[in-house]
Amino acid sequence: MRVVKYDDIVKSIRDMIIYSTTHLSPDMKKALEEAYKNEKSEVSKAVLKQILDNAKIAEEEWKPLCQDTGLAIYFVKVGEDVKVEGGSLKDAIYEGTEKGYKEGYLRASTCDCFTRANLKDKVGYNLPPVIYFDIVPGDKIEIEYAAKGGGSENVSRATVLAPAAGKEGIKEFVKKVVSDAGPNPCPPLVVGVGIGGSFDYAAVMSKHALFRDIGTKNPDPELDELEKELKEELNKLGIGAMGMGGTETVLAVHIETFQPGRMCHIASLPVAVNIQCHSSRHAHITI
Amino acid sequence: MAEYRLKTPLTDEDVEKLKAGDIVYLTGTVYTARDAAHKRLVDLINENKELPFDLKGAVIYYVGPTPPKPGEVIGSAGPTTSYRMDPYAPILIEKGLKGMIGKGKRNETVKEACKKHKAVYFGAVGGAAALIAKAIKKAEVIAYPELGPEAIRRLEVEDFPVVVVNDVYGNDLYEMGRKEWEEK
Repeated sequence: MRVVKYDDIVKSIRDMIIYSTTHLSPDMKKALEEAYKNEKSEVSKAVLKQILDNAKIAEEEWKPLCQDTGLAIYFVKVGEDVKVEGGSLKDAIYEGTEKGYKEGYLRASTCDCFTRANLKDKVGYNLPPVIYFDIVPGDKIEIEYAAKGGGSENVSRATVLAPAAGKEGIKEFVKKVVSDAGPNPCPPLVVGVGIGGSFDYAAVMSKHALFRDIGTKNPDPELDELEKELKEELNKLGIGAMGMGGTETVLAVHIETFQPGRMCHIASLPVAVNIQCHSSRHAHITI
Repeated sequence: MAEYRLKTPLTDEDVEKLKAGDIVYLTGTVYTARDAAHKRLVDLINENKELPFDLKGAVIYYVGPTPPKPGEVIGSAGPTTSYRMDPYAPILIEKGLKGMIGKGKRNETVKEACKKHKAVYFGAVGGAAALIAKAIKKAEVIAYPELGPEAIRRLEVEDFPVVVVNDVYGNDLYEMGRKEWEEK
């Protein structure tokens, strides 16, 4: 059994948060540079220029790319042969999150659903995070993290289609979500699509799809094709950067299905669309 | 698409020359307020009480910045989505508000108020929060410090880059831009 120290996990998470909220990941930078090159509308091009300039300033000054430093979202794979010493893994993630957000001068964006009060002194600074745990073979701990902003989360949607709706029904739903969202979620977007599983699990997969690096292929050739088709069709909507009209609305569409196979209940076709703004702050570490 | 440099507070004359799609660089005082602060401002108006700042010609920026690091004027400070302020904006416009800075669509009531009382809605680039912070030269909390990032701040800005989304003539850049670039 491999042993990992609690304090090491806290520090790794803290550092990952501070770095990734101030440094745009290479895949996003590349995708935005390409969008800037391809954009045909003058206004949207000017917007993309500001977005790229912003990334440069943020990186140089270690200043948050966006003031909405999000809810902290984690997907954690825990090896069966690893043990945390000095505390629990969950507590370490909480402590690392609080440290990262506080010491990185990031915004505490969590609040009571009803009173809307920020409970940073009672519950903790930007706590709680959303964590999905999985147990896998091996002796490593893999942690994927994203700072998920509210604007793009507010326009995300999930549904359960009738099986007869098929692939066309899925496409229509994705298009409707992006079209209705318009300028609000800060396009150009990454569109995460979860298909299959259950109502709730489709949403989890749609979120996890956002962690995949842009420019990587979907391992399922049929879904890879569907991603490309959807991207092309979504870019015909004309929404453009920040919704000001243009040709570059979507940087990538990423699809995840319920594995193994691409399964769901015989009566259902669950589909979820999680929208990600252009400030996609995601990172991962292996401990 | 024209480019203007304007000083706040804004006048009727200033906003009358602006058309949806114009780029504007704002200099002067701008106040910050989000949902919670808007609710309080409207409550004060309904109770006939004095507001923490003069609305005449004022510009409100919808922002909740990150905390400043030691020595910084302000943290990152990009716009938040504006529709959440739609229920409160019309009465503020009626009382003299001339400009709002945010991102995303406004409802018809806000657009109508912009037409009727001559006010404009500016779009700033969401997520360009470190870049926009450079245009903010001073920041001071003037009301509701207990709201943290949602407190009302008086900002002094220089050449704050915005785009006119809704003008006083009823134009909407989001609708215009999309119509122009949509492929059927």
